[in-house]
Amino acid sequence: MRFERWLLPLAFTIVLVALWQLAVGTGKTGVLPGPWQVALGMRELWERGVLVGYAIDSLRRVAVGYAIAVAIGIPLGLWMGLSTSVFAAANPLVQILRPISPIAWIPIAIVLFGIGDGAPIFLIALAGVFPIASSVAAQVRSVPPMFLAAARNFGLGEAAIIRRVLFPAVLPQMLSMLRLALGVCWIVVVAAEMIAVDSGLGYLIIDSRNAGKRYDLVVAGMVLVGAIGLVLDLSFRLLERVRSVRWGFRSNS
Amino acid sequence: MTAKLEARGVAMTFPGPPEVRALEPIDLDVREGELVCLLGPSGCGKSTFLQIVAGFIRPTSGTVAIDGKPVDGPDRKRIFVFQERGVFPWLTVADNIGFGLADLARDVRAKRVAEYVELVGLRGFEHAYPHELSGGMKQRVEVARALAVDPDMLFLDEPFGALDSMTRLSMRSELLRIWQAAKKTIMFVTHDVDESVQLADRVVVMSARPGRIRSIVDIDIPRPRDLSSPRYLELRDGLLAEIGLAHAI
Repeated sequence: MRFERWLLPLAFTIVLVALWQLAVGTGKTGVLPGPWQVALGMRELWERGVLVGYAIDSLRRVAVGYAIAVAIGIPLGLWMGLSTSVFAAANPLVQILRPISPIAWIPIAIVLFGIGDGAPIFLIALAGVFPIASSVAAQVRSVPPMFLAAARNFGLGEAAIIRRVLFPAVLPQMLSMLRLALGVCWIVVVAAEMIAVDSGLGYLIIDSRNAGKRYDLVVAGMVLVGAIGLVLDLSFRLLERVRSVRWGFRSNS
Repeated sequence: MTAKLEARGVAMTFPGPPEVRALEPIDLDVREGELVCLLGPSGCGKSTFLQIVAGFIRPTSGTVAIDGKPVDGPDRKRIFVFQERGVFPWLTVADNIGFGLADLARDVRAKRVAEYVELVGLRGFEHAYPHELSGGMKQRVEVARALAVDPDMLFLDEPFGALDSMTRLSMRSELLRIWQAAKKTIMFVTHDVDESVQLADRVVVMSARPGRIRSIVDIDIPRPRDLSSPRYLELRDGLLAEIGLAHAI
């Protein structure tokens, strides 16, 4: 158990990193950095004092963009799930907008928001809002009708039904969806920061390449993005252990 | 004596296509405190009829009156018990049972919940979640949740259908015990002939497509009922013949 959980992935990673070093050592391009150079690059970022600052800038933009996506996506999804006519009106549009990569919105984001935090935040919000809205709508529509019938039987009004039955009924699946959406937003922030801003991990990656082809810093930035993404995902998973949603995370019940 | 429930000419056609005539006009009276069983094969419209009298479905024609007042929707004086699937999985046993008591003060509610936890024999499981319970226990949670709001009527739609046969037997005697203690009027849907003879004061036998009442049989065996008495077997065989099933395999 302990071996599978910690030692096995650690050993696998060490082997791959060693192969990486070996490949860069035998290759003669001199462009791609090895793991040791990346580690030195990481230290350089730390010493220049940008590592923490850039990470915080990226996290701040994701936090704001994601919050906007959640604040619009959940009510929109509930509304679409509750009303057949709202669903009929809005769902086709949501389904068309959903598969458009936020990257495709970059030119429009720049026209709308110009230089500054607005454009990346807009792109991050776009990345989150459609998947959240469409999945909340689908979840609300699949709540067993007998839950709603029982709630009406006990005399609950519409608002109480939403608060005491619909919302808790969809909460576990909604948490899973919110976790996936956060992951997508974190992916998008890197692309979003390659435009319109001069800080953040996406900026770090594109700027290191443009200003002096510092591929060691490019890869260091990538490693940071991956590590922070992992921490975000693991922290979100902790929410799934809260007692009142745990029923939804069992395989059969 | 006036009836607790009066159904007059209740018919139901589900709009198509294809249009389905679920119920032919049905007349039925249920007395106060009576335990009436609707018996019939699946697809005979017995569940539809139960949902109509509970106010969940509006009939195509006919009227249902309870205590002389027409039924125009579900009401907390008459609780519908689904199979155990109606229990809310995000609430503990205690919170499920207290679901209909939100307007009571916290301490009054806690006392009432404790009382019904006791009644259905779930003491020690108050803080368990439904996924930690067996099917029979979930069914008892749902019955307790219904009883806790002190309704005059209970509608049970094949409440024990999903349980194993041993649990089902003990749940039947539990239901009878609760019914005798709480003095409710109960309408009960089943396709199980034995279940109807064991529980009901009267069995309403329905036939399928379109659903209609075939006959109404008084079960005149005193309780507790001896399940091997000649009268029990006679009534059971009569009902089996009535719904067109042989009593030999």
